[in-house]
Amino acid sequence: MTSVQPAYRAPRRLGGSRMPPDRSRQIARHERGRALRAAAFLAPAVAVILAFVFLPALSALRLSFTDASGFGEESWIGLENYATVFTDPATLRAIWNTVGYAVMYGPIVIAVGLGAALLLNRKDVPLRSFFRTIIFLPFVISMAVASLAWAFLLDPNLGLIPYWLGKVGIQMGDIFASTTWALPAVTAVAIWKNFGYFMVIFLAGLQGIPRYLYEAAILDGAGAWRQFRAVTMPGLRATMTFVIVFAIIGAFQAFDQIYIMTQGGPDRATETIVYRIYTDGFRDFRMGFASALSYVLLVITLALGLIQLRIGAKREKDLE
Amino acid sequence: MNQTTTASLAPARPPARRRGSASTARLLTQSGVVAGLLVFAALTSFPVVVVVLSAFSPESEVLSWPPNFIPSRFTLENFDGLTARIPVFAQSWNSFVFAAAVTGLSLVFNSLAAYALARIDFKGRYAIFTVLIAIMMVPFQALLVPLYELISDIGWVNTYAGLVIPRAADVAGIFLLRQFFITLPRDLDSAARIDGASELRVFWSIILPNAKPALLTMALFHFVNNWNDLLWPLIMTSDSSVRPLTAGLALLTGSATGVAPYGVMMAGSLVAIVPLVVLYLLVQRRFIEGVAMTGMKG
Repeated sequence: MTSVQPAYRAPRRLGGSRMPPDRSRQIARHERGRALRAAAFLAPAVAVILAFVFLPALSALRLSFTDASGFGEESWIGLENYATVFTDPATLRAIWNTVGYAVMYGPIVIAVGLGAALLLNRKDVPLRSFFRTIIFLPFVISMAVASLAWAFLLDPNLGLIPYWLGKVGIQMGDIFASTTWALPAVTAVAIWKNFGYFMVIFLAGLQGIPRYLYEAAILDGAGAWRQFRAVTMPGLRATMTFVIVFAIIGAFQAFDQIYIMTQGGPDRATETIVYRIYTDGFRDFRMGFASALSYVLLVITLALGLIQLRIGAKREKDLE
Repeated sequence: MNQTTTASLAPARPPARRRGSASTARLLTQSGVVAGLLVFAALTSFPVVVVVLSAFSPESEVLSWPPNFIPSRFTLENFDGLTARIPVFAQSWNSFVFAAAVTGLSLVFNSLAAYALARIDFKGRYAIFTVLIAIMMVPFQALLVPLYELISDIGWVNTYAGLVIPRAADVAGIFLLRQFFITLPRDLDSAARIDGASELRVFWSIILPNAKPALLTMALFHFVNNWNDLLWPLIMTSDSSVRPLTAGLALLTGSATGVAPYGVMMAGSLVAIVPLVVLYLLVQRRFIEGVAMTGMKG
């Protein structure tokens, strides 16, 4: 029976040794039938993705070469938008802010997530599920709400944190008005919200490390640090690759906490790429320019994604 | 040796060590770990606790210096302030409709597509799958401008359709469901096919019931992600008839002159997080497993 063919293999010639040759026409009809049925199953999703991802992506490319404003005529201006992206100091600053955000966010959120996972992976910890629940909680809350809460906590005139710090002699002032500290502050809020997510990914990774490796390491007299270096870290390599690229891609899409806490200020110190896409496109109606910036974001994300695939493929080869 | 030594941060303990000191060391590490976790948990939950306490705190106390951690009395006046400023019930309903509709539609569309890619053996399957993987890397934010133009051309700005339809299918969802469908044993559906069951019947009565954990995970994520989304509703809704609560709250900060209406905003934040926290607490084990299983974005 043709239908017993495993569907998860590459489509195979079905007229092979098991079938008499006179059945080949029947089989061709079967194959066409399968293709039609598959098309019917795929159609709704593919239609949505074509209309709302694929076509807009093409359209963004076209817009990026125009001076589109969302109203009236638009004219072709070639690479001018891209030239502006890479020469306008304010836009370059937004790109650098995004990179700076990623450089702070990635290592810290990964380190904190890993730390929490190591603590919670121990079998002898009381109240493990309670701790997991609490630590994962911010991930469920929206970044918008998290941002409101932190803006309130850090408000120089009303916030608990400046007040408590003041009591121990630290004057922190208005952190969101400082060109030095505003970007680290919005980054910290994202770290707070997301580290529980990384913790869970690491927990899954840790559970994949076979116990006998630890037992062998202990028999060899390895201490805690040595076990971590020699067993845990290598065991987490695949997880780590995924997590790093994932953290960077996430960082390049930072928007919500900036919109709510700083509106890109002070003096553009917290403007990011996506924040600029939003303000250029939807506040200042520079749709063409925003599209060019979108394509810069797209290229960065694609590059990171491809690196991930490349590393992933290499790793699979290493494992074989 | 006992189990604790298998954990990665276990203390160095040569096998020959005597029992008494071993259990002392174990107790010490254990209390260190618990202390560490308590710090984590306190840091994590502190802002949430503050949201809850200040939502019920008199407005004069929210906006006072020195700030109070514990309010002197509990009151609902911030919620009155909230309902006076934004249509909070309508916006919560909008959030619900938006999140639930996206969840429902994308479960149907994604699972149909994933079924075709995982269980129907047709030519071109790998080509389609490869194209989908490539599309998966296009960041949603890069499409905002043309999407807005498209939606506004169709006349869907400020409609549920405009919010929901563009999200009715997503490549990541198809991808993850496909991975799951592939792992289901072949015997499950081959018998039904031999008996002449239609593809739709195999999908509906054999594959879907067996894919419940994956479907539930996807549903949770779609619901939470869309309930929490800010940028998309902010762009797609200019009047509050369909605006979800996150966007409503975000615009409240912008409308403030001088001191932000924090008491009101904390009340609003509480309204926005309570449904999700309840959902999370009900299904938290599944939720955390789901994150680990799928590695999905939040």
